Amino acid sequence: MALDDSNGSALDIVAIKKDFPILEIEVHDGKRLVYLDSASSSQKPRVVLDAMEHYYETTHANVHRGVYSIAEEATALYEGARARVMRFIGARSPREVVFTKNVTEAINLVAYAWGRANLHEGDAVLLSEIEHHANLVPWLMLKEERGIELRFIPMAADFTLDLDDLDRLVDGVKLVGVTAMSNVLGTLTPVRRLADAAHAAGALLLVDGAQLLPHVATDVAALDCDFLGFTGHKMLGPTGIGVLWAREALLEAMPAFLGGGEMIRDVSLDGWLPNELPWKFEAGTMPIAEAIGLHAAIDYLDGLGMEAVREHEVSLTAYALRTLTRRHGDRITIYGPSEPDQRGGVISFSFGGIHPHDISQVLDQHGVCVRAGHHCAKPLMRRLGVAATARASLYVYNDEADVDALADALDSTADLFLTP
Amino acid sequence: MPGLEDLYREIILDHYRHPRNRGELDAPPAHRVEGFNPLCGDEVVVYLDVDEAGDVTDIKINGQGCSISQSSASMMSAAVKGKSAADTRRLIRAFKALMSIHEQKLDGDGNETGESEAVAPDPEVPLGDLEALQGVVRFPVRIKCATLSWNTLAQALDEAEAGAEAKAD
Repeated sequence: MALDDSNGSALDIVAIKKDFPILEIEVHDGKRLVYLDSASSSQKPRVVLDAMEHYYETTHANVHRGVYSIAEEATALYEGARARVMRFIGARSPREVVFTKNVTEAINLVAYAWGRANLHEGDAVLLSEIEHHANLVPWLMLKEERGIELRFIPMAADFTLDLDDLDRLVDGVKLVGVTAMSNVLGTLTPVRRLADAAHAAGALLLVDGAQLLPHVATDVAALDCDFLGFTGHKMLGPTGIGVLWAREALLEAMPAFLGGGEMIRDVSLDGWLPNELPWKFEAGTMPIAEAIGLHAAIDYLDGLGMEAVREHEVSLTAYALRTLTRRHGDRITIYGPSEPDQRGGVISFSFGGIHPHDISQVLDQHGVCVRAGHHCAKPLMRRLGVAATARASLYVYNDEADVDALADALDSTADLFLTP
Repeated sequence: MPGLEDLYREIILDHYRHPRNRGELDAPPAHRVEGFNPLCGDEVVVYLDVDEAGDVTDIKINGQGCSISQSSASMMSAAVKGKSAADTRRLIRAFKALMSIHEQKLDGDGNETGESEAVAPDPEVPLGDLEALQGVVRFPVRIKCATLSWNTLAQALDEAEAGAEAKAD
């Protein structure tokens, strides 16, 4: 995993590929697996799998409960994972780091606990047109339930957020909620500028970091956001573990979310008292092994270096945009910013009028895995004027050969569907 | 391991590239029913004209979707045009039997109302070109693409019948 300047990449992809057992499998009679769907869920390096297996084989017990050695060790590992997350995002205290199932649960937690305490009929929340359903539906539910007003930052023609009208849109809102990187377009949004605008208007900023955290070094103080959600399984970690980071004072003031074990300080038959932060928001037995897996994933990413991860992504995205345009320019439409340094490695496209499911089906026969569909962003699909797109997304284990395999498989797709 | 040639048979691609009975009918008098596959955003609109006996006098297909959903709709329209209501329903049953084994597996939650019961294939109903779609069952996620237009047609027939009964009352 040392830096390898010989091929111009910031990462040694040959070595990295060897760290991911699944990349050794073959599909469809001997085709190597070309995994280009990491924006949906990333693959896991052996160190993550080993950490979880080792935990189950040597340490597992419930946390914060048992007074015996393995229970204490399990608790230390679980809280160690929290401390690792805290350092990874520059949080000031583990009290600010709440483990959740995923980003969806993190945003729902904010919508239920903060939203129901602070949003009333007529209050406004500002979102954007490019959000994932996870940052739309919880607010649409509050709109139905409470009659809150939802406003939306529009998408500009160049697939960035159109901030021309931001001052008017943000005026009077109580919360701004945006993705930091679009899961469809790859667009990096100007989070800091939105934070400044939100705070100037007396509003809070919630950031959906599902796509950002795996690819870009993230510091909550630099972003100046108030809530940040992200998920383990898109950043080399296991499924079932996500994070809500929030300013401590906000979490302190918020009512609890799910009720049950662990989240209480005291319970009688007459009532209950909430636990301290962050456990106040962690009801029931949490995904302990998954938190430990996330710890290992973060160690792995930091071992590569998040600067190098981003550098690799920018250069490979540039190669992919160049290659797809050069080889398929007359029949491919790519939805996203054209400058690689303004976007992530998420490349959504239409191809020759062929339905994305047909594209994906043919690519699959060549071992190439891409996502086909609406990407949990139906309003954005409507805005783009398409029912669905195909989407290739890049990560640390992808290289130029993977992009070439995609371009080759698209040739086969065209041969099958575009020949009269 | 099924290959692409099992799925994308030439006759299927032909119907995809040159869809039959594409368009709209005035509704009313035609019955217009929309079918959606929320998974992939496929959409089929069936326009159905029936005469007093309930026979299919005309059918048009609109909407957009993948090659399987669009070719299945096209082949369906060609197969049922001019058929009696009873023969149309027999054909729907026969086609769904062709697809049914796997569909039942996928529909363990009983999502598709009343369609999960086992349907015995009827050797008396010739499927003709439609048999080309048999390869779809080897690609389970695509079965819903193939059955979308047929479910929509069944609904249009139901509406036509209900309309005729209401008139008769």
